[in-house]
Amino acid sequence: MAFEQLGDRLQSIIKKVKGQTRLTEKNVEEMLKEIRLSLLEADVNFKVVKEFIANVKEQMLGEEVLKSLTPGQMVVKIVKDELVKLFGDGDNELNLSNKSGLSVLLMVGLQGSGKTTASAKLASFIRKKKNKKSLLVACDVYRPAAIDQLKTLGQSIDVEVYSEGTQVSPVTITKNALGYAKANGFDNVIIDTAGRLHIDETLMQELKDIVSVASPNEILLVVDAMSGQDIVNVASSFYEALRVTGAILTKMDGDARGGAALSVKHLTGVPIKFIGVGEKIDDLEAFYPDRMADRILGMGDVISLIEKAQENIDEKKTKKGFHRMMDGKFNLEDMLEQMEQIGKMGPLKGILKLIPGMPKISEEDQARADAQLKNTRVIIQSMTVEERRNPEILRASRKIRIAKGCGKTPADVNKVINQYEKMKEMAKQLKAFSKNGKNPFQ
Amino acid sequence: MGFFKKLKEKVFGKSVSQSDKYVAGLDKSSRAFSSKLNSLSSRWREVDEEYFEELEQILIEADVGVNLALEIVDATKKQCKLENITDPFLTNELLIDKIFIFYANTAGEIDTAIKEAEEGPTVILMVGVNGVGKTTTIAKITKRYLDDGKKVLWAAGDTFRAGATEQLGVWADRLKVDMVRGKEGADPSSVLFEAAKKAKEEKYDYLICDTAGRLQTKVNLMNELSKMKRVIAKEIEQGPHEVLLVLDATTGQNGVLQAKAFSEATGIDGIVLTKMDGTSKGGIILAIMEELKVPVKLVGVGEAMDDLIEFDLDDYIYGLTKGVKEKEDQK
Repeated sequence: MAFEQLGDRLQSIIKKVKGQTRLTEKNVEEMLKEIRLSLLEADVNFKVVKEFIANVKEQMLGEEVLKSLTPGQMVVKIVKDELVKLFGDGDNELNLSNKSGLSVLLMVGLQGSGKTTASAKLASFIRKKKNKKSLLVACDVYRPAAIDQLKTLGQSIDVEVYSEGTQVSPVTITKNALGYAKANGFDNVIIDTAGRLHIDETLMQELKDIVSVASPNEILLVVDAMSGQDIVNVASSFYEALRVTGAILTKMDGDARGGAALSVKHLTGVPIKFIGVGEKIDDLEAFYPDRMADRILGMGDVISLIEKAQENIDEKKTKKGFHRMMDGKFNLEDMLEQMEQIGKMGPLKGILKLIPGMPKISEEDQARADAQLKNTRVIIQSMTVEERRNPEILRASRKIRIAKGCGKTPADVNKVINQYEKMKEMAKQLKAFSKNGKNPFQ
Repeated sequence: MGFFKKLKEKVFGKSVSQSDKYVAGLDKSSRAFSSKLNSLSSRWREVDEEYFEELEQILIEADVGVNLALEIVDATKKQCKLENITDPFLTNELLIDKIFIFYANTAGEIDTAIKEAEEGPTVILMVGVNGVGKTTTIAKITKRYLDDGKKVLWAAGDTFRAGATEQLGVWADRLKVDMVRGKEGADPSSVLFEAAKKAKEEKYDYLICDTAGRLQTKVNLMNELSKMKRVIAKEIEQGPHEVLLVLDATTGQNGVLQAKAFSEATGIDGIVLTKMDGTSKGGIILAIMEELKVPVKLVGVGEAMDDLIEFDLDDYIYGLTKGVKEKEDQK
């Protein structure tokens, strides 16, 4: 995940200060120097760093903080507030209201920033979260096979793609697409355009023409999180030419420190509305400045965790499983079901990050955990229904058969059964608890 | 004064059109970089601490990276003190010298040539993160070989991204190049294996392998890349002869991490720096040189097919700094 290194640096800098009983001008100076360096290394724009440091310094050297008995907490609060300011405390909501009834989203950006993928992700996001029907419009007539790419993506999420090939001008395609969308009851159109340099006057003019034809309610600039310092110039040029209304940060699942992309909001006023966090179609998240600041400072993000759980976990199934557990009827089928439910929330690594104070796990650990989940799944799936429901009947010969069936060893099968026994034991203890008092979960 | 002036003369003397392309491609980058230096030196009569701080800022804004920027500015400062230089224009020249010397020294003998197989097909493996321009670069490199009358085969190893094989296919049709393709979602190694076999049997001069863009943090995908490399070596000994990391010039400090991770997975022999025709300065190549000593071999400076040129340090620095005023210009 992006920002990991910036977060680590900031956290260790703050930790040092926390150990001190009092803040003095001297240790504040020292800390600020380190913060400055960590921000610059994270590609945060130079001007933004200057301002950030000046603001933090002013507040830290204020009477209250210097006299405070818990300077560490004050420091965290000040840095967090400034980070939130940097990420923008303005409007991060996607604007989907348009008088004509059809809302238009225009995607723009440099080559290779991820516009086509982001377009498809956005269509999927809007359907899932806003329950609205989008039409994807293929206006990238320059890059070879860009239209094929959009079509394939559209097909995979079952969203219609409007295209007229590469011989028609994007402005004409847009015009026709709008007519088509209105006639066919679409709620939104999402226009994917070709990547272009901000200094390419011809192509920038083309975007202006599309804007005047489509009058989009959102013009979204797609920005690569790995961008360097120059992205600020790029963003200002796009903003000046088109009045961009929001930004989508892509490739946030890399180890980019993302500073330059974040500087965009502060220097151009364009709010970040979404972040792309993975290769899958659902890997697009709405951007919340305060939650992001919390994550960077290692304070977790419980709200996002709860939202994730609500979206992905089937409450009925989970409740049913829980009740079975409390009734002592927990079997392998239930165990698999629960594991699948949690698995739906995405990789463990991401989930742990949202919980305050949880240790970080490495990519390797993550890979191992994924592999283990997969193992458990295939082993349970290689059992007969009877075996899944009554694990007690599993004797050596059955175990050998199961192992053969899924290409594992009997020891692997034993591991799964041990895991099951442990969970069952825990369920018993929980039950004992709830007998003595009330069920803590009800 | 040393290098800078010599550089100007040297590049000026070159009649090759390559220099012109550099200068044209880097025009926007150069304007921003030079005008910053110029406006700085016109505001100062004599250099002082603050002046050096501003220099540092200009370098950082070119994505050179904090540490290296500090190092270069410090070296400049030292020499200024040593030689009692207080003139801002001379100081700027000195700074440019330092950048040049840094790169040249670290790189040793700069060899931008692509390694060739002693016999049989030369295999080039293209790697990089998503959206850096791998496919376009492949087309551009191929054009150069075709112009030389070579026989080129492509392996469409990006079986993951929607439309990737089609994209390469469009180029293959345009350039009339043969291409081995797999189904979407197929194991890319199988495509590469087949291509390597075909290249050997049918005596192609070059086999250029496209791969899916991948973020360097994805362990599985990086392992997949190592496997691809092994599979090629199985069929063609010593292959791939050249692994090229394609890097977007607009990349920030993450470029260093990219170079590190890819060099661990497959080893990299050189960097192709794309999209240098924007306003970014590609300062990241200095940071990468410092960390990994991997040289830039090719630079993309425009949209046209022949806008991929061999990296030339003289031309690069000249292109970047040609607008910087010298002391004499002022008088």
